[in-house]
Amino acid sequence: MPDISAWFNDLLSGNLIFTATTMGYYWTGLVTTTQLVFLSLVIGLVLAVPLAILRSSKRKWISLPVYLFTYVFRGTPLLVQLYIIYYGVVFFDGIQESVFWPIFREAFYPALIAFTLNTAAYTTEIFRGAIKATAKGEIEAARAYGMSQGLMMRRIIIPSAFRRALPAYGNEVIFMLHASAIASVVTLMDLTGAARYVYSRFYTPFEPFLFVALIYLCLTFAILFFFRFLEKKLLAHLKPQTP
Amino acid sequence: MLDLQGYGPRLIEGAGVTVQLAVLSLLLALVLGLFTATAKMSRHWLPHGIATVYTTLIRGVPDLVLMMLLFYGGQIGVNAISDILYYSYDIDIYINFNAFAAGVLTIGFIFGAYMGETFRGAFMAVDNGQIEAGKAYGMSGSLVFRRIRFPQMMRHALPGLSNNWMVLLKTTALVSVIGLTDMVRVAAEASRATHEPFVFLIPVAVAYLLIASVSEWIFARLQKRYDIGFGEQ
Repeated sequence: MPDISAWFNDLLSGNLIFTATTMGYYWTGLVTTTQLVFLSLVIGLVLAVPLAILRSSKRKWISLPVYLFTYVFRGTPLLVQLYIIYYGVVFFDGIQESVFWPIFREAFYPALIAFTLNTAAYTTEIFRGAIKATAKGEIEAARAYGMSQGLMMRRIIIPSAFRRALPAYGNEVIFMLHASAIASVVTLMDLTGAARYVYSRFYTPFEPFLFVALIYLCLTFAILFFFRFLEKKLLAHLKPQTP
Repeated sequence: MLDLQGYGPRLIEGAGVTVQLAVLSLLLALVLGLFTATAKMSRHWLPHGIATVYTTLIRGVPDLVLMMLLFYGGQIGVNAISDILYYSYDIDIYINFNAFAAGVLTIGFIFGAYMGETFRGAFMAVDNGQIEAGKAYGMSGSLVFRRIRFPQMMRHALPGLSNNWMVLLKTTALVSVIGLTDMVRVAAEASRATHEPFVFLIPVAVAYLLIASVSEWIFARLQKRYDIGFGEQ
């Protein structure tokens, strides 16, 4: 693609801060941010669904441990959680001798673990709220059909809870995108990390931070519109009907 | 017993910084939030537009990026102002860009946007008849606000306020990144120096939970007070 790169170089020519090199940093940052947020959200979601079911159990000894987990992770700053995992990972016996050490020496995986646990805690509470809000009539109808607890969960409660949780979950996704900015604190080159690097090299705060702010803004709007679209599709039956 | 290796007093000082920072930013955010809510409900396009841009931009950009922008940019901005003062008016002052003030301003500014949304919803939940009744009694606009709209609005706003406060409290941890010595920064420094992260970071996490629990209790009491005359008797 010689044309595009020539056009790109033209566009950037004469500019000291927005050069092809710094654009490369921002691109790496965007990739890292996207990977971190996407992976932690997916794994967090997978963890949150069973946790939410356990959390809405009537048996105290099942729901209480999950409640403690969400209470601690929702009640403390993500930065503290990240520090604990990042600095604490070396204290797992034998990890430095194991095959995983090259992976855990990098900041990426401690950050991913911290983000995943954090979003899992928030998502668990969102789903629990949605499960609790299931209409009594639906559960009674399922029971009347002779459905077992598991079948009722799978066919009635979970699908409708998913839909009810959608708007709140959209907020959580945006929250996670914004929270991911702290990955730069543990030396990760995410979007914010790229901006900090450019800032420290050129000592110009406005260009790099405003630029990444703009990228974050675009990402936020993209997520917002995606969830609006999903809500429109999945919650269509809840809309007031036009005669 | 917990051996803090001499970092104990600094951790407590840091906790003090965290609490002061959080409370001062909350006050600023409440004031900004009230202004924002009023502007958003205005029929004029200008205040409405400014408030909309403010809340949209703030809620679309990570706190940390805004904080760095204001913190690093703020120093340069302040320097530029003192330059202008010196060259144009021959006033020679050095304005030190205070890190604590920068933290309060940024966090207050960020949460002003969230508070604005909370207050707007709450103001709209107050029955219009109440306001009309106040006017019918001959109350002035500000008296209606003070005696009728504000107390009733607070009842609806409190759950949202308590939520925002919890998020704000946790956001204060970010100032440790831009150089303020709150308890997170002290704990992180101590962890690096002693290679014992759990000894310092877990007490800090517990301190956050403690502050959160205390404020939950305060908010529950406030809610009770503002719910007088409503709710179950």
